[in-house]
Amino acid sequence: MTAGSLDSSAARGESGAGGGRAGSVQQPPRADDGDGQSVGWVQEALRAHEEQAELSGAGHVRRGSPQPLPGTVREELVLERIDRARRARPRVKEDRITMSHGAGGKATQTLIEAIFLDGFRNPLLEPLEDAARLLVGGTRLAFTTDSYVVSPLFFPGGDIGDLAVNGTVNDLSMSGAVPICLSAGFILEEGFGVADLGRIVASMAAAAAAAGVQIVTGDTKVVEKGKADGCYINTAGVGLIEHEQALGVAQARPGDAIIVSGPIGDHGVTIMLARGELDIEADVTSDTAPLNGLVAGLLAATSGVRALRDATRGGVATILNEIAKAADVGVIVVEEAIPVRPEVRGACELLGIDPMYVACEGRMIIVVDAAESERALAALRAHPLGARAAVIGHVTADPPGLVQLKTAFGGTRIVDLLVGDPLPRIC
Amino acid sequence: MRFVDEYRDAGTAHALAARIAELCEPGRQYKLMEVCGGHTHTIYKHGLEDYLPEAVTLVHGPGCPVCVIPMGRVDDAMHLAAAPDVIMTSFGDMMRVPGSKGSFFDAKAQGTDIRMVYSPLDSLKIARQNPDKRVVFMAIGFETTAPSTAMTVLRAAAEGMENFSVFCNHVTIIPAIKAILDSPDLRLDGFIGPGHVSTVIGCRPYEFIAADYGKPVVVAGFEPLDILQSIYMLMLQLSEHRSEVENQYSRVVPWDGNPAALRAIGETMELRPYFEWRGLGFISHSALRMRPEYAAFDAELLFEVPGVRVADPKACQCGEVLKGVLKPWECKVFGTACTPETPIGTCMVSPEGACAAYYNYGRLTRTRVKEASRS
Repeated sequence: MTAGSLDSSAARGESGAGGGRAGSVQQPPRADDGDGQSVGWVQEALRAHEEQAELSGAGHVRRGSPQPLPGTVREELVLERIDRARRARPRVKEDRITMSHGAGGKATQTLIEAIFLDGFRNPLLEPLEDAARLLVGGTRLAFTTDSYVVSPLFFPGGDIGDLAVNGTVNDLSMSGAVPICLSAGFILEEGFGVADLGRIVASMAAAAAAAGVQIVTGDTKVVEKGKADGCYINTAGVGLIEHEQALGVAQARPGDAIIVSGPIGDHGVTIMLARGELDIEADVTSDTAPLNGLVAGLLAATSGVRALRDATRGGVATILNEIAKAADVGVIVVEEAIPVRPEVRGACELLGIDPMYVACEGRMIIVVDAAESERALAALRAHPLGARAAVIGHVTADPPGLVQLKTAFGGTRIVDLLVGDPLPRIC
Repeated sequence: MRFVDEYRDAGTAHALAARIAELCEPGRQYKLMEVCGGHTHTIYKHGLEDYLPEAVTLVHGPGCPVCVIPMGRVDDAMHLAAAPDVIMTSFGDMMRVPGSKGSFFDAKAQGTDIRMVYSPLDSLKIARQNPDKRVVFMAIGFETTAPSTAMTVLRAAAEGMENFSVFCNHVTIIPAIKAILDSPDLRLDGFIGPGHVSTVIGCRPYEFIAADYGKPVVVAGFEPLDILQSIYMLMLQLSEHRSEVENQYSRVVPWDGNPAALRAIGETMELRPYFEWRGLGFISHSALRMRPEYAAFDAELLFEVPGVRVADPKACQCGEVLKGVLKPWECKVFGTACTPETPIGTCMVSPEGACAAYYNYGRLTRTRVKEASRS
C-alpha cells in the first residue's frame, strides 16, 4: 500500500490492513486508569492551584451554578484568576537548573526573584535595575556586573571581548551613570589558544578606549578541558551618577512615550547564524556598541526621561514587560513602528522567531514624558547609534502589568515574557 | 518585505471582514474549525479574531503535532534516551512536553544526552560524527514532517548507517478529522483545511467531509489574509448551501499533493492498527510505523520500549480542547496550574497548541481590546 492510497482509504473510512474502520475511536486498553496519582509534579501543581483558588474565592469558576454566566463574563473571570496567579510569589518548581533559567524569560525572572533576591534581599538590590545605585561619601555611584558565555566567541561585528566591555558600560549607562572603570575576570579552558585570547583582549582594550573607560583590575582561572567552553568573561563596572532624576522602570507613568534607539534583533540573529547550524546566510552583523555617548546626549537634551533599559537577553519584549510589571501600568506598542532590518525580519520569519524576543547588545528602550518625546527623539537621532530611533508605543493606566501589540495586520495581541529557550547562548 | 507584507495588509483585511459580516445570516452562529495548529498560531499572533463578527467562532482543532503525543509515549522516549550510549534527538517543540517524570529538558539537565535538531538530517549528521553512539530521532508530526523522516531513513539505508534509528510517532490527519466529525458533542459548520499537510496529501482526501458530512472545507495558507480569505470562502459556501473542497492555498498546494513525498512515506512506513492520541484516545489507522524492510532503523524494535499507558491527569482537559469542545480558558486548570512554563497538558507546550497560543497572545477579551484601542 502506498501512502497515497493510505490517505484515501482513511478518507473513505474503508477497512485497512489491520481491520476496523479508519478514524473510529476505539476503547483504549487502559493500563493505568488512575487519576494521575503516579504523576507527582502534576499533583503538586494542582494542589497549589486549589490553594490559590480558595484564597481568591469569588473569582473561581463556579461549578454547576444554576444559571450559567454569559461566555464573555466567564472569560473575564478566568482572566482575572490568571492575573492573580501571575502575581503570586514566584517559586522555582524545577529540581535542577535548565537552559530556560538562563534565557532571560520567565524562568530567569523566577530564579532571580525566588532564589537570589530572596537570599540577598536589601534595598539596593530590590529594584532589580541594570546597576545598583550607591551613595558613598556624598557621591552617587552605579555598580554592576555581567558574565559572558557567548558561543561562538568571534562573530560578525564583534567578539566576546567587546561584548563584555560594552555590556557592562551599557548597564552603567542605563542607570544614568558615566562609566569610570571596569574589572575583567577570565575563566579559561585548558587548551584554549593564546592567540585567540590575545585577540579577545585586544578587542576589549579597543572597546574600553572607545567607551572612555579603563579596565583596572582582574582575575584569571583555568579549568580542565571540557569543564568550560573556551573562554568565559565576567566584567564589573563602576560609574558616577551626575544626572539629577532617578531613572528606573518603576517611574513609568500612563501617557509616557516608549522609544527604541534603533533596529532590533541584529545581535541575536547574527549569533544564531554564526553558529552555522541553520544553513541560512544573511548579511547581518552584531549591534554591540557602547551606549554611554548616546545616553549622555539624551540626558543633556531633556529632563523628561523616566527610564532607560538596554534590550539584551529576552529582547525588547522582556523590557516592555519589566516596565509594565515594575510600574504597574499597561504598555501598548505598534508593530509597524518597531524598526527591524529586512535581513533580521527575514531570518526571524524563516525560523519562526519573533524579533521582539531577540537580543540586542547596543539598543535601548527609553521611557520618556510624552511632552518631551520629540526632543528626546531629536537628541537620539543626532548620534550615529540612534539614527533610526523611533517612538514605538506608549504607557497606559489599564490593564496594569500587560503589554499589548497592535499588529501590522490590524489586530491586537499580548506580548508576554518568553518561555523556554529555543535560542542558543547569545551573550 | 516581499512575499510577507502582501499577506498581512490591513486594508484588504478590513474589506474581507466586511464581506464576511455581510454573509452572516441574522441570528445564526457559525463554528469553523481550523484543523492545523499553525493556523491557530497565526490567528492569535496577528489578532485575527478582532476582524470577525461575533456570530463567527473559530474552533481550534487537533492539528498540533506536539499536542497529540500522549504522556506514555513521552515516557517511552525518555526510557529510550536513558539507554546506554544513546543520543536522543528531536525538534525543539518536543523538549518541553511533559511525561509523567518530567520533560526532555529535565532529563537533559540530569545528564541524559538529548539534543535539539532542526531536521532529521541533522540527527543523521550527529550519527555520522558519533560512530560509537546510537542516535535516535524522535519523529513527530503529521504528513508534513513524515516525508523528511522518510527521506532521512532512505539516505541512512543508502549509506549503510548502523547507529541511526527513528522512534516513529508520525500521525495522519484524516482519521483525526473523522473522529471529530463522529464525535457527538461538537457541531461544526466548516473546516479550514491544513495547508502544510495538504502540500503532501493534496486536497482529495478531504472530499468525504464535503460529500458524506456535508461540511465545506477550504485548504488555507498560513498568513493572516490566507486565513481570513478562507473564512470568507467558507461563509460563501455556507450562504450558497454548497459543501465543497476548495483550495485557497493554490500557490503551494497541488490538488493531488506531492507524489514523490507520498512515495517516500509509503516506501519506509506503514499504518499502525491503532495509535493513542492525547485526549482523543485510540484511533485506528491514525499513525505510521517503520515498515519491516526498514526494521534496522526502527527504534521500537532495536530498543526495549516499555509502552506503558499513562493516564492524563484528570484535571487536564486537553482532549476537549483538541476536539474544540472547550475553549482553552474553559479548562479548569488553564493559566493557573497549567501555564507555558509549567505545562500539565500538551496544548500548553507548543506555540501551535491552542492553550499556549491563547495564553501567550490572546489573553484579552474583546471588551478589553476595544477599551485599549480607545486609549
